[in-house]
Amino acid sequence: MWMKQSLNKLRQIVRKMFSNHPTPSDVALDREMLRKMIQEIMSTRPDEIDCGECFEELDRFAEMKLAGKNAAEAMPLVQDHLDRCANCREVFEALLAALRAVA
Amino acid sequence: MTERTNQQWLTALQGPDRDEALADLRTLLVRGLRYALASWPNVDEATVEDLAQDALLRVLKGLDSFRGESRFTTWAQKIAVNVAFTELRRRRWQDISLDDLGASQDTDFMPDTLVDPSADPEKQALQRTLLDTLSEVIATELTDKQRQALVAVRIHGMPLAEVARRMGTNRNALYKLLHDARQRLKKRILAQGLSPQDMLAAFEP
Repeated sequence: MWMKQSLNKLRQIVRKMFSNHPTPSDVALDREMLRKMIQEIMSTRPDEIDCGECFEELDRFAEMKLAGKNAAEAMPLVQDHLDRCANCREVFEALLAALRAVA
Repeated sequence: MTERTNQQWLTALQGPDRDEALADLRTLLVRGLRYALASWPNVDEATVEDLAQDALLRVLKGLDSFRGESRFTTWAQKIAVNVAFTELRRRRWQDISLDDLGASQDTDFMPDTLVDPSADPEKQALQRTLLDTLSEVIATELTDKQRQALVAVRIHGMPLAEVARRMGTNRNALYKLLHDARQRLKKRILAQGLSPQDMLAAFEP
């Protein structure tokens, strides 16, 4: 039993070391997640855009960002979506990394 | 690689001698994806090339939808990164069902362990009250679907597209479902006289 537990623990540590992407695991709600959840709920606004609408604008948003312009101010709803949606934020950050690398 | 304007890219990719433009675009996507996927473990060069190939086909199929609001290559890379993340997320989660994540009606969403034992008694009492309120509104205000999606996405970090596929819907519709859920919860919480500041301050580290 204890061996299985420490093995699981070890697995979790290794996963954390090699990846910043969430992996399927037996996670439970912790206080940090709770804070995020409360933040998410309480900051809900009626005019949010969905992932598809955000994606439509993402190339323009990324170029503005790379040009040092205030993309968040020019496209506040895209910024708002990126702040809320971890999936879209990940794609956006990966896109920036790609664009910077091949520029 | 040849420098091209957006129009030159479009013309070249649809023209009779598109091989050179295709090869250039492919090279660009492979190079970009190497950096874009740096944080994914176990993504080797062969995987990057496969993903770039899938992305290339997607870009070619979608040429008509390019609106020219950015550089063509930026748009193409956006599609490539999205194709790659979608596929890698699918692989990562493929063996997990929503049932595995346990989001049934009787799950205790806000266990007492969330109360901070090092906080003073007054703060602990407040935390307990807030947790009870949250549990209650999650249990009573949300539909089963909303609750299931909330648990999968928020607690387990399952990607929206993966949850959507399992629920027989699409990512945008799922976003809307979760947005409506948040809206309902917010309304109920505010109706109880709790402010966002109070809520967050109660769980301040």
